[in-house]
Amino acid sequence: MDKTVNQKAWFLVLPVFLVVAFSAVLPLMTVVNYSMQDTFGNNQFFWNGVGWFKELLDPSTDLGGRFLASLGRNLFFSMVILAIEVPLGIVVALSMPRQGWTVAACLVILALPLLIPWNVVGTIWQIFGRPDIGLLGYVLNAIGIDYNYVSNEIDAWVTVIVMDVWHWTSLVALLCYAGLKSIPEAYYQAAQIDGASRWAVFKAIQLPKMNRVLLIAVLLRFMDSFMIYTEPFVVTGGGPGNSTTFVSIELVKIALGQFDLGKAAALSLVYNLIILIVCWIFYTVMTNAGVERKVQAESEPAAKPKSSAALKPATALKPKEGVA
Amino acid sequence: MHSIPGRRLIMGLFLIFLLLPIYWLVNMSFKTNAEIVSTMTLWPHTPTLQHYKRIFTDESWYSGYINSLEYVVLNTIISISVALPAAYAFSRYRFLGDKHLFFWLLSNRMAPAAVYALPFFNLYSAIGLFDTPWAVALAHCIFNVPLAVWILEGFVSGVPREIDETAFLDGYSFPRFFIKILVPLIASGIGVAAFFCFMFSWVELLLARTLTSVHAKPIAAIMTRTVSAAGMDWGLLAAAGVLTIIPGALVIWFVRNYIASGFALGRV
Repeated sequence: MDKTVNQKAWFLVLPVFLVVAFSAVLPLMTVVNYSMQDTFGNNQFFWNGVGWFKELLDPSTDLGGRFLASLGRNLFFSMVILAIEVPLGIVVALSMPRQGWTVAACLVILALPLLIPWNVVGTIWQIFGRPDIGLLGYVLNAIGIDYNYVSNEIDAWVTVIVMDVWHWTSLVALLCYAGLKSIPEAYYQAAQIDGASRWAVFKAIQLPKMNRVLLIAVLLRFMDSFMIYTEPFVVTGGGPGNSTTFVSIELVKIALGQFDLGKAAALSLVYNLIILIVCWIFYTVMTNAGVERKVQAESEPAAKPKSSAALKPATALKPKEGVA
Repeated sequence: MHSIPGRRLIMGLFLIFLLLPIYWLVNMSFKTNAEIVSTMTLWPHTPTLQHYKRIFTDESWYSGYINSLEYVVLNTIISISVALPAAYAFSRYRFLGDKHLFFWLLSNRMAPAAVYALPFFNLYSAIGLFDTPWAVALAHCIFNVPLAVWILEGFVSGVPREIDETAFLDGYSFPRFFIKILVPLIASGIGVAAFFCFMFSWVELLLARTLTSVHAKPIAAIMTRTVSAAGMDWGLLAAAGVLTIIPGALVIWFVRNYIASGFALGRV
């Protein structure tokens, strides 16, 4: 099923192109323009060349120090939440009920945190964690743990991470669940005949089938946690000190707080570039996976007469697990 | 065979973890402020509707919900209607620069909103759309249009090409084929895409707050007003929060059967 070449297709794409160009290209040009200039108010601008960029990447200056510190915090945060949310999401997806009304109920409850406005997510955890009026803070303090996310850096970090796990693990779980649903029943039957252990079923059937969705999940979570702003801002305001100030929070502080347009614009461009690179890797890996799947799909019917598709995973399991 | 030992326990614990903070918010919204501050109670001992009553009678409060819904609906309509033809084009044809264009769209979905906050402010002030629902609806297109194209492309690719060819042989013109045949075939995909546009526009605050001041202020921004000289009005804040959860919960209920495939962006 090859696509046909048709340049008229541009007419179909034109509306999208115009809408996105209006909201993306025009503002981006403004940012590039600002990033090369300095201003002392009164709408007077002075040419600054690549000065801001030099400062941004030099940790000894104020701007560079702040940027690199927040970048480091942000990377650490992304790694931690990926390490928690991905395995937890897989476990939750595997724990989904098989049929009946409970499936719909679980899906709805799982999706609920995803549809709460981000500042309300922050508000919920702000209230929940307060030692005086929040259940979590109250219980922790009652059992003798001195917990206060406003003044203690570690408590603030734990709160922000638990909040993100609460907010986004469902996304990973729902994606994995979609992947699991696509596995034909015959695979499991074949594994059962072979007496494969549960771990073997997970490793040889379920995990490979979840590969693609897991990739989407990891990259979406990486990107979104890399630009996180609202939730930690509402809960901790970036503090105590600067301990939970992530890149977006720093950027908004500089742009809308100090109105330092040149610095903010330079930071924006570097920030955007990092995201763009990660995005490009994401896109390449995704399209390659798509091509691989197509090749597989084409070779599968040819293999069918020899051994049915259902038996394939079973034979793969045999040497490792033996026969029951 | 599919699932793991103790799955009921794991699922149960996880659902409790998800629901407990939400329960606490609902719980607080029915308490009086005196009860919230003075004692720790697991359920409201003197239940009250005063906070909800205030939101529904005070115009500066309920107008926030109307404003939010206004730009969310506008954005969903714009996103879906421009994304549909593009999704068809990406799915069926090869044309000059198609792959680059697709990547460029995708990269906008990933761009941090914080980068665009200030330029958007300048842009929409310059063309006189500042503080209208249109400004927010258009600004949210930057991440919703690429997402809609991406999801719909997956669903259009699921429609066999023979259907297009048969329709054209039967003398259908392109617009007629599109509306009469293609759209009904991918109706569930359109539902999923609309759900995602609604969701991401509804939860976003940074751009919505930057682009409005008085007339189109979203509810999420109005909620920050509960801080006053007399301290926090916790009950009112909680009630406003509960009311922002309800539209989302309703939307999920309608699309619950498509949620799983929708989250895989139509690609499983």
